[in-house]
Amino acid sequence: MTHAYTALHAWADDQLTQRRSSGRARILVGLGTCGVAAGGQAVLEAVQKTIAEHMLEADVVQVGCIGMCFKEPLVDIILPGGPRLSYGPVGLSDVQDILVNVLLHNEHRHSRALAVIGDEPYDGLPAWKSLPFFAPQERTVLRNCGFIDPERLEEYVARDGYAGLARAVGEMTSAQVIEDVRRAGLRGRGGAGFPTAAKWEIAATHIARQRSNDAQAGESLKDYGYVICNADEGDPGAFMNRSVLEGDPHSVIEGMAIAGYAIGAGHGYIYCRAEYPLAIKRLKIALQQAREMHLLGTGILGSGFSFDISLKEGAGAFVCGEETALIASIEGRRGMPEPRPPYPAQAGLHGEPTIINNVETLNNVPVVIHRGAEWWASRGTEKSRGTKTFALTGKVQNTSLIEIGLGKTLREVIYDIGGGIVGGRRFKAAQTGGPSGGCLAEQHLDLPIDYDSLAGVGAIMGSGGLVVMDEGTCMVDIARFFLAFTQTESCGKCVPCRIGTKRMLEILQRIVAGHGEPADLVQLQELAESVRRSSLCGLGQTAPNPVLTTLKYFHHEYEAHILERRCPAAVCKALITYSIDPDRCEGCLVCLRACPGAAISGAKREVHVIDASLCTRCDTCRQVCKFDAVIVR
Amino acid sequence: MNPPNPLPSDQVMPDRSALIPLLQQVQAQFGYVPREALFDISRRLRVSPSEVFGVLTFYAQFRLKPMGRRSVKVCRGTACHVRGAPAIIEAVEGELGLQGAQDTTADGEFTVEKIACFGACSLAPVIVLEGNTIGNASPDRVRRIIRQMQEALNKEGSAAPGDSA
Repeated sequence: MTHAYTALHAWADDQLTQRRSSGRARILVGLGTCGVAAGGQAVLEAVQKTIAEHMLEADVVQVGCIGMCFKEPLVDIILPGGPRLSYGPVGLSDVQDILVNVLLHNEHRHSRALAVIGDEPYDGLPAWKSLPFFAPQERTVLRNCGFIDPERLEEYVARDGYAGLARAVGEMTSAQVIEDVRRAGLRGRGGAGFPTAAKWEIAATHIARQRSNDAQAGESLKDYGYVICNADEGDPGAFMNRSVLEGDPHSVIEGMAIAGYAIGAGHGYIYCRAEYPLAIKRLKIALQQAREMHLLGTGILGSGFSFDISLKEGAGAFVCGEETALIASIEGRRGMPEPRPPYPAQAGLHGEPTIINNVETLNNVPVVIHRGAEWWASRGTEKSRGTKTFALTGKVQNTSLIEIGLGKTLREVIYDIGGGIVGGRRFKAAQTGGPSGGCLAEQHLDLPIDYDSLAGVGAIMGSGGLVVMDEGTCMVDIARFFLAFTQTESCGKCVPCRIGTKRMLEILQRIVAGHGEPADLVQLQELAESVRRSSLCGLGQTAPNPVLTTLKYFHHEYEAHILERRCPAAVCKALITYSIDPDRCEGCLVCLRACPGAAISGAKREVHVIDASLCTRCDTCRQVCKFDAVIVR
Repeated sequence: MNPPNPLPSDQVMPDRSALIPLLQQVQAQFGYVPREALFDISRRLRVSPSEVFGVLTFYAQFRLKPMGRRSVKVCRGTACHVRGAPAIIEAVEGELGLQGAQDTTADGEFTVEKIACFGACSLAPVIVLEGNTIGNASPDRVRRIIRQMQEALNKEGSAAPGDSA
């Protein structure tokens, strides 16, 4: 360990000890985007108000997301010298009750009490890792999320943050760093799963060659090459990267600096979605702190290595997740992909060798270097090492951000961690990888989640979106939904993607509207195959995946739409009718008043009737009816 | 022929990669990119107006028309979709009388934006009205909230008759 890092760690420990020895409790309010959306800001204000009113000995800290989105807003209380207790969902009316009981009356139990964030149970509260939600999880990427104040460098450092960078620049050669990443078996977490070390090696070779050419030609040496962090998380329904950037921004900065050292680059860019204002704010703070403490800039941690990072905000284009399109966007051009080779690792940004890694890939790198390749690789399977985060959403009980060792089955994720399907309904499908991924069916529930198993059934790992669907989801409509997305986001450069996805979408729109013909399915399949094979970039090559997998595993739903003019999930408007069950209707007028199209007639205590010619099938009547009297067929 | 350059010739020109950040600055200030700003950026960066226009229209973030005074953002991410976002979008657009690709009401009061994903999937379906997130939205509730906002506006309007256009 370098002398500079030992000093930094001592400083961080000192800061934390000072704060902890104050004899004051610490109250942690989860203020990631999900916490804020669930009303976390108002809870924070209520916490501050309660502390002032009751003169409680407590400090308030904002933290990132621990992953229990379904229990937001979350409030944790760390007792002075004691354990950390977690409560949620905390409503405004609960705040005073919980704080006063815990801090003044030593009464820790409460209807909102969830767990102790520690190893041992405490006063009847279970240890968090024993909860069914956390027990099957393994946290490497999310090691700090929800545990540290993301706006304080010392909290990251105290948990061995920047130890990986210190080890790299202090004790290892660049080649050794790449070798460790190779031995760990780290594969890209952005979707395609390309081996990270292989990408780094290509860039390192090209940078070394340029350097020696310039030296031989007697030219002055400059910075060569770039490290880009792809934080343009564009999959609808995916927020893994956002949570890491909001909850643990330094981990990504450290990963980038190590990558820069490994390939010999002097500069990096973080390309972050503009729709993530909180992530951008926290990154800016973290970058500033890192520069002040010589973790970025000239002579990092007293070594001869220099590296700095600029932040670029994406402007909203899904295709910029593709490497060459992302580079075009940073250069100020339309984000349109280029044919490869040359790969960016050979000639990328401004023509220099460039590596582009996803947020989660870079977040893993410091762990590989600090704790060692063997430790890191002990999780996961032979070909898919390590852990992976997933945004578990849709019709699942515990909507959440989770992290598992690769190789767990879909069933374990959905039923053990996810708590099963909402309302005890029946599982129909799980969608991985967003618009580029596929839909998995019931027969895949026991499939291990790893790169190769998913690819084997036509899906992809993707960046980690995992949307659960039940019998109320129409798979033809889902295929149409994803294709409408990719069609809009197609950059228009190559014909197969620009026109092929358009024609595919038209066919799907026809089927959903009830005008499908049997021949449509044949044409859809053919088009999907050719778009997949002949598109220029990953967007077009993967756009047909949702269509191909639904055609394969849910063919009967397409047939029902076309041959019977029927939508089995009762979703596609052109194929369903609304009526009222006279045996159940109480004549309460609620649906009649709520109907925006005035399609319902009737009087008080008389059975209501829906006029099908006026009904727009907006579903309002079914949602407001307290007697389940509205029938959809 | 290059367009005339208003800046002194010895001033260092920002390079082409400043184009998108400049457009973002303009958009942050005005809520859209006015025509004059487009030409100004073109002159300063020595990039043709058609190229600036090409970049501007490529990215979803940029607008060429002003925003309405009130913002309604509806999430249409996957999680929201399977939990009923299409009905929410229909309710919002129906209540505001928006048709086709129109995103701003004729009186310039409301702009409706469809967002790919807020990342608040646990609250799906989600809409954001004037910066306030409303989770587990239903079409009925959304219609009622928008009606209330419109009624509040009408009252303001009748209270200030001198303000009429």
